Amino acid sequence: MPVTRSVVASFKGRLVGAPPLSSLCTQAHFRFIRFYSASTHPPPASTEALTIGMVGSGPAGFYTAQHLLRNLPNVKIDMYEALPVPYGLVRFGVAPDHPEVKNVIHKFETIAQDPRFRFIGNVRIGHDLDLAELKPRYDALILSYGASQDQRLGLPDEDAIPNVFSARAFVGWYNGLPEHRDLNPDLESSDTAVVIGQGNVALDVARVLLMPLDELAKTDITEHALEALRRSKIRHVHLIGRRGPLQASFTAKELREMIALPDTKLHLDVPLLQSQMEAGSAILSKERPRRRLMELLLKGATNPLSNTSPTSKSWSLKFLSSPIHLVTNPTTQALEGLQLEKNRLEGPLNAPRAVGTGEIEEIPCGLLLRSIGYKSVPLQGLPFDSKRGMIPNVRGKVQNEDSFTSGIYVAGWLKRGPTGVIAATMYDAIETADTIINDIQKGELQPRIGPTVPPGFKGLESMLRARGVKVVDFHAWKKIDEVEVAEGTPKGKPREKVVEVDKMMEIAGR
Amino acid sequence: MLPSITRLSQAPCRLLLSVSRRYQSFSPRPFRVPIPQRSFQSATPLLHKAVEKPKTGEGLQVNYITPDGEKVTVYAKEGDNLLDIAHANDIDLEGACEGSLACSTCHVIVEDKYYDQLEEPSDEENDMLDLAFGLTETSRLGCQVIMSKELDGITVRLPSATRNLQVEKLR
Ligand SMILES: Cc1cc2nc3c(=O)[nH]c(=O)nc-3n(C[C@H](O)[C@H](O)[C@H](O)COP(=O)(O)OP(=O)(O)OC[C@H]3O[C@@H](n4cnc5c(N)ncnc54)[C@H](O)[C@@H]3O)c2cc1C
Ligand SMILES: NC(=O)c1ccc[n+]([C@@H]2O[C@H](COP(=O)([O-])OP(=O)(O)OC[C@H]3O[C@@H](n4cnc5c(N)ncnc54)[C@H](OP(=O)(O)O)[C@@H]3O)[C@@H](O)[C@H]2O)c1
Ligand code: FES
Repeated sequence: MPVTRSVVASFKGRLVGAPPLSSLCTQAHFRFIRFYSASTHPPPASTEALTIGMVGSGPAGFYTAQHLLRNLPNVKIDMYEALPVPYGLVRFGVAPDHPEVKNVIHKFETIAQDPRFRFIGNVRIGHDLDLAELKPRYDALILSYGASQDQRLGLPDEDAIPNVFSARAFVGWYNGLPEHRDLNPDLESSDTAVVIGQGNVALDVARVLLMPLDELAKTDITEHALEALRRSKIRHVHLIGRRGPLQASFTAKELREMIALPDTKLHLDVPLLQSQMEAGSAILSKERPRRRLMELLLKGATNPLSNTSPTSKSWSLKFLSSPIHLVTNPTTQALEGLQLEKNRLEGPLNAPRAVGTGEIEEIPCGLLLRSIGYKSVPLQGLPFDSKRGMIPNVRGKVQNEDSFTSGIYVAGWLKRGPTGVIAATMYDAIETADTIINDIQKGELQPRIGPTVPPGFKGLESMLRARGVKVVDFHAWKKIDEVEVAEGTPKGKPREKVVEVDKMMEIAGR
Repeated sequence: MLPSITRLSQAPCRLLLSVSRRYQSFSPRPFRVPIPQRSFQSATPLLHKAVEKPKTGEGLQVNYITPDGEKVTVYAKEGDNLLDIAHANDIDLEGACEGSLACSTCHVIVEDKYYDQLEEPSDEENDMLDLAFGLTETSRLGCQVIMSKELDGITVRLPSATRNLQVEKLR
């Protein structure tokens, strides 16, 4: 790592408004400065480098790593990932027809090339290695393992009725998440799908169901999903929101894409939208994003489709409705419809609640996807806020401090709950990295793993080997990457994803 | 709900430092006022599309004000955009989608006087701006602002990512 100046000097130059350097030189700060300037006069790495373990290789993990690597010269980062492949929801969430969003992977690849960084794929923390085994090997741990489950509706038989899935599973199926490659949704027995929820994930799954296949065929969508979608009879998708149009959670770019779908009509209750826009005009005048979203919605719903044909597809946004009962065929158990209860809004205009009116309506459908949010899972030994689906923290630092939780930080969806685009995830990753750097400055976080315990992965490698866990490093992932790209090229796809863990391991030579 | 729009002139000018910004850049940046001292070089060079820098003493002036309040003056050629120019000069403006209008991480706040000279943002740019952190009335996406002679001398501010953090409000 090239060094142009010692950190003591840069400290003086850049710390505008901070106390003079001399007053910073308490014992703790001396240690800090010694630690920082270690790269000019390298002491034995084992005593001076700060060894950080990370769990999860999505955007939160990579952006936190980036900011630490940039700001701490003498740091070593081990990033554990449950799957043999990195990037979390950038690979397994972001829709296949949004390749631009995945450009961020180039940045992540550059981060992974840093000699101070190590990717340790195919190791699931809490399963292959416990947090309690990880903790003594690291000066700090950063948890950025995202949200690997989803919220339930709480309807009777929700999990038992065929063709009722979470959007998470459906997205995982078309995006090649090994866990869901065998989902096999039936897209042929009915022409109507219902999606519960009106967020961007709901729009993603609706778009994949309705968009032209020749466009989808040029993406990195998995071959099994493309085949099933080729045979699909789904032509109508209803998106159900428990509250009104003003509370819709999707954003303008994604709505614009839906409105632009060829030969596909948008249906919604225009008088309701207009009355809600009028009632909420004070809010809309102050909030440009929501105002623009509502205007776009109105335009999309009132623009007559010039090219409607008898074979036209459609999608609808149904507001003020909550699912209460799944209707099935008494003999085949197949899903035939959904009963909805009409709601009205109560409470403050800017954050109203949905309250049932008792009025029931039934819509026919043969596929139901619940898209009402992802959910994080707790890790043994750590506090967890199950209502908000996150680990309680202050600016990324895990609270409830005892000796176990000290030195543990969180980032990304695990830190703030399962919402936010990559930009938001990046901002909060920077915040977590800042918190860590602050703690180092305050002397609260120091290299402490002594020479008696080999720090980091080195000390855990043999344990993993004994358990039969084979590790995929970044080089091995690049082999998988190359095979995927090579398989995609002849089909005109950016890649054909490998969807089985065993096959990934075989390609990785593990 | 997203933060309401405030004009740049009304937005509080905050010069507090965020820790990560303080140590963020690693190779000497040209034409910087005041020239900061560097700590170390990045082992992870920023990705950027190669923009050609103008010859010394030529080119259009662009001033970036970093989240720390530092003013960085660089020179660029006509036709280059503010994201690529920033990257070519090691100014830390993120560009997660690499200029394809899909991320809003290249958000900059343009000085009023120059904002009025820019072409209106497209619907697509406005869609992404609506997701930008700390949106103001003179916000633009750096990857969409193309340098021209009229913009010579433009000043843009990089919003601070870590101050007033309200990410949970960003969808
Ligand atoms: C369907 C969908 C589409 C999206 N599309 C977009 C989009 O187009 N544009 C946009 O800006 N944002 C999009 N987002 C949001 C974006 O994906 C998130 O902001 C971001 O991925 C969150 O990052 P994260 O690192 O916190 O979590 P994740 O990306 O989920 O990363 C978590 C990682 O941790 C790993 N992990 C989990 N458990 C363990 C364990 N026990 N041990 C080790 N590793 C573990 C996971 O395998 C995963 O790799 C989308 C989200 C979804 C759900
Ligand atoms: N293209 C993109 O940029 C993109 C794509 C996908 C995802 N993302 C991002 O990823 C994040 C997650 O997206 P998401 O769609 O999962 O979450 P989301 O935006 O929070 O949407 C969840 C939806 O489910 C509804 N809901 C929640 N609980 C419900 C219940 N019990 N019954 C009925 N409805 C319920 C919510 O309505 P209420 O408001 O009434 O709770 C809301 O409409 C978002 O920040 C999103 O922007 C971005
Ligand atoms: S770089 Fe993504 S929108 Fe400009």
